[in-house]
Amino acid sequence: MKKIKLFLFSIFGSIFILSSIVSNAVEIEYWQYTYKARVEAVDKLIANFEKANPGITIKHTNFPYADYRKKVAIAISSGDGPDLVQLYYGWLNDYRDSGLIQPLPKDAFSHSKIESDFFKMVSSMKVDGEYWGLPTAVRSLALFYNNDLLKEAGLSGPPETLDDLVDYAKKLTKRDASGNMIQEGLAFDGGIGQTHHFWREVLVRHYGGQPYSDDGQKITYNNDAGVKALTYLTDFEKTHKTTSNGFMNRGQDGFAAGKVGLYIDGSFRISKFVKAEGLNFSISELPGHNGTRYNFSSFWANALSSKAKGEKKEAAAKFLAYLTSDEAMQIWLDTVGELPAKPSVALVDANKQHELYGPFIRGLDYATATTFISEKPQRQSVVDAYDMVVLQGMSPKDALAKVAKKEQELLDDFFGN
Amino acid sequence: MIKNFWENLTINQKLAITAWVFLAIPIIFYVTIRFYPTYEAFYVSFMKWNLLGAKKYIGFKNYIRIYNDEDFWIVLWNTIKYAIIGVPVSLLISFTVAYYLNEIKFGHQTIRAFYFIPFLTTAIAMAWVWRWFYQPMPIGYFNIMLSWVGIPQQPFLKSIEQGLYAIMAPAVWAGLGFQIVIFIAGIRAIPKSHFEAAEIDGAGRIQILKEIILPALKPTTIFLVVISTIGFLRIFDQVYSMSEDSAGGPLNATKPLVLMIYEYAFDMYKLGRASALTVILFLLLFTVSILQLWFMRKQK
Repeated sequence: MKKIKLFLFSIFGSIFILSSIVSNAVEIEYWQYTYKARVEAVDKLIANFEKANPGITIKHTNFPYADYRKKVAIAISSGDGPDLVQLYYGWLNDYRDSGLIQPLPKDAFSHSKIESDFFKMVSSMKVDGEYWGLPTAVRSLALFYNNDLLKEAGLSGPPETLDDLVDYAKKLTKRDASGNMIQEGLAFDGGIGQTHHFWREVLVRHYGGQPYSDDGQKITYNNDAGVKALTYLTDFEKTHKTTSNGFMNRGQDGFAAGKVGLYIDGSFRISKFVKAEGLNFSISELPGHNGTRYNFSSFWANALSSKAKGEKKEAAAKFLAYLTSDEAMQIWLDTVGELPAKPSVALVDANKQHELYGPFIRGLDYATATTFISEKPQRQSVVDAYDMVVLQGMSPKDALAKVAKKEQELLDDFFGN
Repeated sequence: MIKNFWENLTINQKLAITAWVFLAIPIIFYVTIRFYPTYEAFYVSFMKWNLLGAKKYIGFKNYIRIYNDEDFWIVLWNTIKYAIIGVPVSLLISFTVAYYLNEIKFGHQTIRAFYFIPFLTTAIAMAWVWRWFYQPMPIGYFNIMLSWVGIPQQPFLKSIEQGLYAIMAPAVWAGLGFQIVIFIAGIRAIPKSHFEAAEIDGAGRIQILKEIILPALKPTTIFLVVISTIGFLRIFDQVYSMSEDSAGGPLNATKPLVLMIYEYAFDMYKLGRASALTVILFLLLFTVSILQLWFMRKQK
């Protein structure tokens, strides 16, 4: 018995020593949050990359979104954690300010090439003359509509204008004898989800305004355009009664269950609706107004953590270059359903005319990415303004003035004004 | 040398040293795990700190900003509401249940177990189940039941007026099991002779309740008041799980102090402001506990 143990021990011992001699490779860590399709896509990309670069191995770590920011911050500041990390573009200022990430090396990622290759919203990753990260994929918004419900209401084709949207929503709402909603015309989650983006980057712009000043330091929605946009948004629930915040839990759940006529969301929601049994839906570009269209785009970027140094930094930069290659972008689109970050990959006819992705990709052309300093509290201003109007009966003007004051304090605090 | 020192001690001294060696373990534990972080919280409350960078001394600025923040006053009032409504309601229900449960023999254990199960369940799981109960038609149980009797749908968690009570209900429910068990133990501890004497004197049920049971349960009641007041003032799990986006909304109507601390610390990384709020919560809990203990002493 003892002999067998000794034998096994020596075998494992020598395998361990041998392997550490042979695999003289650089190991780097890649971190992202857990989302099945994203994890699969990254695993696929890592396999491809490791095959092409035998000297580099990549350890892929993922964990729930809820703790993401916290864990990244704590790990990097203690010298652990990822060499290459995914972050939501809206967190850039926060990560940069906390010293979690470093600028991309200019020799490997030339600025002129980035600017000519990528969609223009990627420029929001450029701060202080440096690029701090690059995306594989971008997102935009589009309108999901339930074909069966539209047909039943005698409507053909999607709503094309903001006025159509109201009209459609009214026709698609159903109530039972005692007035309880049993089918929702247009679902909004009261500012949560993508609604706040729709308000900021689509509605405010349609009514002639813009949400923030160009440098992102001042709130510019607290005016007539903002008030009109908030009135339009809250009227669905307050006046037209085509929307009820919380109906079927969330808009996406109601739409998946076939109880919601119209719903605005990002391309990442396609996979959920495709799996919903008995749901017959189509997607169209967001409705326009006065002949123009606006959209909101966002993305997750890959950035070099401040921990990556020397050969690890080189390896991480190499993997980043692969993650932002045309090949990786197509794999990402096919696996995750998020749109390629370069027009040369996204705007090919096959993608542009794609039944599901097409409307999102066409939307990228006129989309803006908001410069956030911290997304959650900034989203809360829209949620609060919505609730003040709908639940408290406050006028949209007063509600906006109130949340704008608070949000401006947040911005001033951040920019040290 | 050490050996010499030890042998020169008297037995009493040796006993004392041994005792202190054992006592040192919990003392060290408390000092490092409790007192030191408490001290840190006081210290950080005078700093500006984002968890990663250097701490910067800013005097009373955190406290001044809290004082001027109208949301803080809403949140403080919410926290107090959870306690001053939650405590009496839960004690009244649990005493009533304990009183009647004590009188029945059949199924006593089973029923008591039913009341105790929620206390053992994780607050998060329970809060999510209740969250679904509160949904509007066609999925929310409560609204479906209301519609059977012809009462219009209620917004519950989506309402500024009802939200706080809708979240308080499962918190009260979860605490009942513990309170009932303590009350029953209290009632059982009253000597039988008291009841027999009362019966001989011809006292009715109400008189027995008022003159014997309630006075005898005073220490039990005060203990439960202290424990559950602290519990309600620290409410967090239920609000975090049941309010939309864990934000304590709508419009902060359900947000308690602990959730505000959490948001400042772990959403906004303003550790200074969060620590200042912690100090305020500490002072609140401290005052309430001291007042209640003082009250208890006076009653003796």
